[in-house]
Amino acid sequence: MADARRDETGLVLDRLRIAIGGTELVAVDATVRPGEVLTVMGPSGSGKSTLLSVVTGTVDPAFTVAGGVRVNGRELTGLPPEARRVGLLFQDELLFPHMSVGSNLAFGLNRGVRGRAARRARVEEALAEVGLEGFADRDPATLSGGQKARVALMRVLLSEPDALLLDEPFSRLDPDRRDRVRRLVFDRARAHGLPVLLVTHDAADARAAGERIIRLESS
Amino acid sequence: MTAFRRPRGAVPRLPALTLLVMLGPVAAGLFGTLAPALGVMPAIGRVEPTLAPFGDLASWPGFGAAMRLSLVTGLAATAASLAVVVMVAACWQGTRAFRAMERLLSPLLSVPHAAAAFGIAFLIAPSGWIARLVSPWATGWERPPDILIVQDPNGLALIAGLVAKEVPFLMLMTIAALGQVEARRSMAVARGLGYARHTAWLKTVFPRVYAQIRLPVYVVLAYSMSVVDVAVILGPNTPPTLSVQIVRWMGDPDLAMRLRAAAGAVVQLGLVAAALAAWRGAEALVAMWGRHWIRKGGRGGGEGLLRAAALAAGGVSAAAVILGLAGLAAWSVAGFWAFPDALPDGFTLRNWMRHGPGLGAPATETAIIAAAATAIALVLTIGCLEAEHRFGLRLSSRGLWLLYLPLLIPQVAFLPGLQILMLSFGVTSGTMAVILGHVVFVLPYVFLSLGDPFRAWDTRYATVAHALGAGPDRVLWTLRLPMLLAPVLTAAAVGIAVSVGQYLPTLLIGGGRVQTLTTEAVALAAGGDRRAIGIYGLAQTAAALLPFAVALAVPRLVWRNKAALAHG
Repeated sequence: MADARRDETGLVLDRLRIAIGGTELVAVDATVRPGEVLTVMGPSGSGKSTLLSVVTGTVDPAFTVAGGVRVNGRELTGLPPEARRVGLLFQDELLFPHMSVGSNLAFGLNRGVRGRAARRARVEEALAEVGLEGFADRDPATLSGGQKARVALMRVLLSEPDALLLDEPFSRLDPDRRDRVRRLVFDRARAHGLPVLLVTHDAADARAAGERIIRLESS
Repeated sequence: MTAFRRPRGAVPRLPALTLLVMLGPVAAGLFGTLAPALGVMPAIGRVEPTLAPFGDLASWPGFGAAMRLSLVTGLAATAASLAVVVMVAACWQGTRAFRAMERLLSPLLSVPHAAAAFGIAFLIAPSGWIARLVSPWATGWERPPDILIVQDPNGLALIAGLVAKEVPFLMLMTIAALGQVEARRSMAVARGLGYARHTAWLKTVFPRVYAQIRLPVYVVLAYSMSVVDVAVILGPNTPPTLSVQIVRWMGDPDLAMRLRAAAGAVVQLGLVAAALAAWRGAEALVAMWGRHWIRKGGRGGGEGLLRAAALAAGGVSAAAVILGLAGLAAWSVAGFWAFPDALPDGFTLRNWMRHGPGLGAPATETAIIAAAATAIALVLTIGCLEAEHRFGLRLSSRGLWLLYLPLLIPQVAFLPGLQILMLSFGVTSGTMAVILGHVVFVLPYVFLSLGDPFRAWDTRYATVAHALGAGPDRVLWTLRLPMLLAPVLTAAAVGIAVSVGQYLPTLLIGGGRVQTLTTEAVALAAGGDRRAIGIYGLAQTAAALLPFAVALAVPRLVWRNKAALAHG
């Protein structure tokens, strides 16, 4: 069994069951391969966000969780959030308002990239990758919604996560921007070979992600 | 939504340490008071428990009058302060005048009690500004009339001084509470049903607001009944309030008088407890009457007159502090100033040159004590709030009571005991002991100031940062504290203002040997050198106010290029 897991790639929700006060909220058993997108849909209160918090390690202790979560064969249960290497994008970009755009990216950039110049260059490169050359010294508050979304995406990717979680990440954008940002996120994730877990109540998100959809009922 | 970490390291121990630092001295002091009150004080060879100190206290001729004074001035000051605040809020909440008043509150609140009391004394004294402005044309006074206005035997001046200082405190608490009870929507609904503004406020908003400000009201009551510095300056002398008399006995060279002082402190504690219980009973009666009043459905009227009266009451209370400070300033630079001239013949810096050099040492001592006490309080407060965030070690509603406990137990009830204990164990009083004494009073205010903004911080920033690989310490130091720079500095300013204003802890724990701007200023009360009082009062006020200016300016400067934070 252990040997099998060593070769296992992607995000595995292994007979995951989340309950509160004896009521089962979520029951999932799924594997998301690198580059694949698994969409979880459901109305608010259906436990979508709770499912994400179980994966990120920030679930409220009121919930009881059974089963396991693995990334590339690594068991996440019991690990603190910062040790999970699971990237996260919320519907708000949550760029740190007291840091410049460049510092936000540097905050995310993996510690393995050493040296001031090398880190700076990596940040610039990331900005250029999403058409934001020269934005490093900008105040995040001065960016448009679409620009913020791109910075938030690159901040996650620079941390070199093993999986990507999206919590209704496009719902604050206006429709035509939403489309472009969505495509960018999925393209980047696929390019990095990341398994993606997308939580949304927007059918268009789900369609764009294509592939597989799990529906949660309201409870 | 947070998952709590397994408690590890120093942070999980901070809540317990905080309670110890805050309540330890209170408990020790109460014990240290109770023992000598029962005649036990080994330092002077008394080991046999007896009730004799209470008999001794009762035989003091001023006992009844001193108790009555404490009770009446405390209750009257609290009721009047609450009435002014409720009237102003009921008649003016949501208007531009109300917002203008809000901006005045923080500076008014930070003016030390002693400085405000001196300023008010300068206004209302027979030779004060008010008498000068109406003399001789209206009064015929060519020289100051020989009447006792300041230090009047009924304590009216003391009540006035307390009201002027407690109105800003209760108003600030009320405004904080208003934010939590959705006052605006309730008002809109009630006014849509035809209720006049103030009736709508009193019937729909006040009951919820009062539930939120109940503890602060109790603090005002306990404080007003047992205050020492304000009572020394504005209160009557023969007899003074019980608390002032206790401090006099504590300063008596005859150590046996400590027994009587301790008995007095126990009586003072009982008096405050009884008054709090009576207030609580009165709350129930008012609530019963209020429910009846609500059911009657009266819409209320006569709004104009009431609004004017409310504005006048609030205005007079604020003006008393502001004009009082102006009076201190005028005296500090006054040359020859004859009665009834409204202004001195000339202005001079001679007073400052004479007293200025003497300010240096107490000002330094004040700064050291305030900075150290505030730093300790900030570390403990942030530690507690962070422990709450990381491990779910949350203060329950009972915990909130604990936070208020050092403010509800009169200082004069446990500080004498602390001094007697230190005496018994041969602990040298000094700056270090005074700092720890100040922490007891600084901590609750720092905690109350920082708690709400700290908890209101969007923890999704932490979630995102953790997902990027940042641990909890990195999140605290590089995200949470920098983003909360403004409220952290404000809490620090509050702490410094509280420390600067402390009189009794400095006097009693310092054993009279630690001299701050406040102890020096209050010591001047007996002498009546108005120029010196003006200088010390102003210096004391500046020490309390400057940190607020810094707390406003620094975040703007540091975050000048960050639009989302520059105006927070």
